Amino acid sequence: MTYSRRVTLAAGGLLLVCIVASVLLLRGLDRMRSGATLEEVLYISSPKLLKRLSLGYDGLLADIYWTRAVQYFGGKHHDGAEHFDLLAPLLEITTTLDPHLTIAYEFGSNFLAPPPPNGAGVPERAVKLDEFGIRHNPEEWRLYYDLGFIYYLDMHDYANASAAFAQGSRIPNAHPFLKLLAALMAEHAGELQTARVLWTTTYQTTHDKSVRANAAAHLRALQVDQDVTTLERLAGLYRQRTGRMPADFAEMERAGLLRGNPVDPLGYAYKLMPDGRVEVRDPDDLPFIEKGLPPGYVPPKRLKFLPTD
Amino acid sequence: MPAIEILGLQKTYAVGFWRKKPKIALKPLQLQVEDGEVFGFLGPNGAGKTTTLKLLMGLVFPTGGTARILGQDWRQPEVKSQIGFLPEQPYFYDYLTARELLEYYAQLSGVPAKERARKISEMLERVGLSGSANTQLRKFSKGMLQRAGIAQAILHDPKVVFLDEPMSGLDPMGRREVRDLIEQLKREGKTVFFSTHILSDAEALCDRVAIIHQGELRGVGAVADLTSSVHGKVELVWQGKRIPTSLKTLGADCHLSGDTVLAVLPEENQEAALEALRREGIRLISLVPVRTSLEDYFVAQLKPVPASAGATA
Amino acid sequence: MSARIVHIAANTFREAVRDRVLYNLIAFAVLMSGAAILVGQISIDIERLVVVNLGLTAVSLFGMVIAIFIGIGLVSKEIEKRTLYTVLSRPVRRWEFIVGKFLGLAGTLVVNAFFMAIGVFAALLYVSHSFQATDGWVLVALYFIVLQFFIITALALLFSSFSSPLMAAVFAFALFVIGSFAEDLRGFAALTHGLTRWLATGAAYLVPNFSALNVISSVAHEQPVSGHLIILNTAYALVYTTMAISGAVLIFERRNLK
Repeated sequence: MTYSRRVTLAAGGLLLVCIVASVLLLRGLDRMRSGATLEEVLYISSPKLLKRLSLGYDGLLADIYWTRAVQYFGGKHHDGAEHFDLLAPLLEITTTLDPHLTIAYEFGSNFLAPPPPNGAGVPERAVKLDEFGIRHNPEEWRLYYDLGFIYYLDMHDYANASAAFAQGSRIPNAHPFLKLLAALMAEHAGELQTARVLWTTTYQTTHDKSVRANAAAHLRALQVDQDVTTLERLAGLYRQRTGRMPADFAEMERAGLLRGNPVDPLGYAYKLMPDGRVEVRDPDDLPFIEKGLPPGYVPPKRLKFLPTD
Repeated sequence: MPAIEILGLQKTYAVGFWRKKPKIALKPLQLQVEDGEVFGFLGPNGAGKTTTLKLLMGLVFPTGGTARILGQDWRQPEVKSQIGFLPEQPYFYDYLTARELLEYYAQLSGVPAKERARKISEMLERVGLSGSANTQLRKFSKGMLQRAGIAQAILHDPKVVFLDEPMSGLDPMGRREVRDLIEQLKREGKTVFFSTHILSDAEALCDRVAIIHQGELRGVGAVADLTSSVHGKVELVWQGKRIPTSLKTLGADCHLSGDTVLAVLPEENQEAALEALRREGIRLISLVPVRTSLEDYFVAQLKPVPASAGATA
Repeated sequence: MSARIVHIAANTFREAVRDRVLYNLIAFAVLMSGAAILVGQISIDIERLVVVNLGLTAVSLFGMVIAIFIGIGLVSKEIEKRTLYTVLSRPVRRWEFIVGKFLGLAGTLVVNAFFMAIGVFAALLYVSHSFQATDGWVLVALYFIVLQFFIITALALLFSSFSSPLMAAVFAFALFVIGSFAEDLRGFAALTHGLTRWLATGAAYLVPNFSALNVISSVAHEQPVSGHLIILNTAYALVYTTMAISGAVLIFERRNLK
């Protein structure tokens, strides 16, 4: 074999070995550093400075931070984290770099405000973020909606919620439900129906997968709560008529109180307990429900409501 | 053992964006150069001389054929320590001085450290660059660069020296110096292979020449053989303006120029002509047999050949 | 063999120096002095932060520019000027030439970084009047920056072995930028599907991982750098550099030098 041939083979072999080695090393490095890049956001004391340093490429940088924020939250939630300290800074940097990235405000209102482990638990910061968004995008009805959302759900501040919904409803092209929600806040804030209108609006109008999945989970929970309330009331009605609790749903059906076998939103049959309570088959699969839980039930650390879960 | 054996080396380039048009730079070449020869590789520009040299130096890879230098496969790195190369219109690291340049090349050629300084000084002396040893090459004239180039080619005492157009761009003084150098190399027993399109240089220096045109070998042989006289004429030059009348009957063609006469006449009448001049007391300056010049031979070889497929200039 | 490589490396270093590359140190010195003096006049507590951030970023950027500008010409300039012909007519192997060129430029960058490090520490001393234990991490950050230099030099050399200087500069610079976001690229690739996922993942792993080699902001905040990271980064830089140089050798071995 000529010298040149030998060199070619050696270099080719070395190249392949190095490619494999570099891939392995990268996996090791990524494992080690997951989160390290993100932690650097804590060192960015001034997002405005970052914007200036980005030399006009702030749009691209905003997209990069937005991607990081989504992966950060999804990844940590998947691992069952209790804190999401970096979510607020990440979203704040994203929106400073690109104030018109409305999806970031939506994500913030859905996942910054709720208490851990479902969110970062910083509703005030979520409000600030959203107000910043409204200042820069006054014609975006979604942002008023998101603001009302935070006030209603996580802060139980129905007055401010109503004001936000009302303001939003005056924007042309606003979703018709905003007016309705503004009105409901006044009298029926604590009611199931109000919550249902809210989550339905979110579900119908969002473009973000995580936000939609979250809304769907909440709607299912509301459905369960309503079903269980209704079923338990009917069981009580049966007892009033017959003097004892029904043994199963078939009896209630024969008594004309039900039609068909009641199933939960996931398609599984409800269970009728001897004492007249109704339970769901698998509470772990139905996060956020407040009724239909077996006694002494402790929800798992990590509720499954994101698409990455 | 022949110093250089070219066994069918050929090179075709694929030209054009889709690499469809083949360009034949060199057709399969068979050539042998004996040890200690000065061999001239002649041809017009673009004939394939530089391609051949680059193939031999391993700068370009052949599409076919092989070669041997000093009996070894020409691709072996060890061969390189016994050859020297001066490329066409060379350019060197212009930020180095002449001494530094030779030092670098000596290092790369494996000249032992102890001998380097001595050899470099000798070499600089030999090519006449001692005075500019510490001047940066960017300040060198073309002639000086050429001399530096020759210095690096023979610095490590190679057995075979390859020179690509060594006289190009030099003034007559420079050309003279290079010719002298090549003659020195021959006296030292080295084999010299050089390409040129200046025939007079080849005529003066070479033992044998090869003529190449359009990538193809058109003729090889000793200069003397290629130009041996077919005409059988001699040329006489004498002082004065007188032309003896008998010369005309001897078939002489006479020209008067200044105060010398040049006459060309058949070889067999040579003695009679000399006798005629002696009788008249005319002083003979020279008597030279007329030969086909290398130029005539060259031009004859360059007559266009019936077109063969794929060949381009 | 090794002697030839050393000679080629030494000559490459000499060329860089005579090309007045090291004059960039003057610009750097001016920058650092100016910054140190300015910063010394403002509020306490962030002078060290600014000096470290600015100093290390400047070392990184200056070095990158030099690495790319000289790196892209390492091979192409020698071919264009035909200085390569006389080198290769000697018993120099083509791969030795490539390795020698790399070592020469890498050496130049190390020397450059060394002097710049002195500048950074001098500025640090000026603003805080003493050294602290955490200053040691600044050395680690500098070491990582030097590793980055090796990678980008090897890449510039790779591109120089087959493309024109302009294209080589474009490629090298592009890889520097993309490599700084390599971790994001890998995260992004994990979110795609099908053919896009294969291509994106492949690209994400081939791109040089500069993000892990950049610890400037954490070191500026006096955070330690884990020993494990140092080992992995060193191994990665070594492997990646070898990869790029092997590629360069492969291409150069087969190249016809017209």
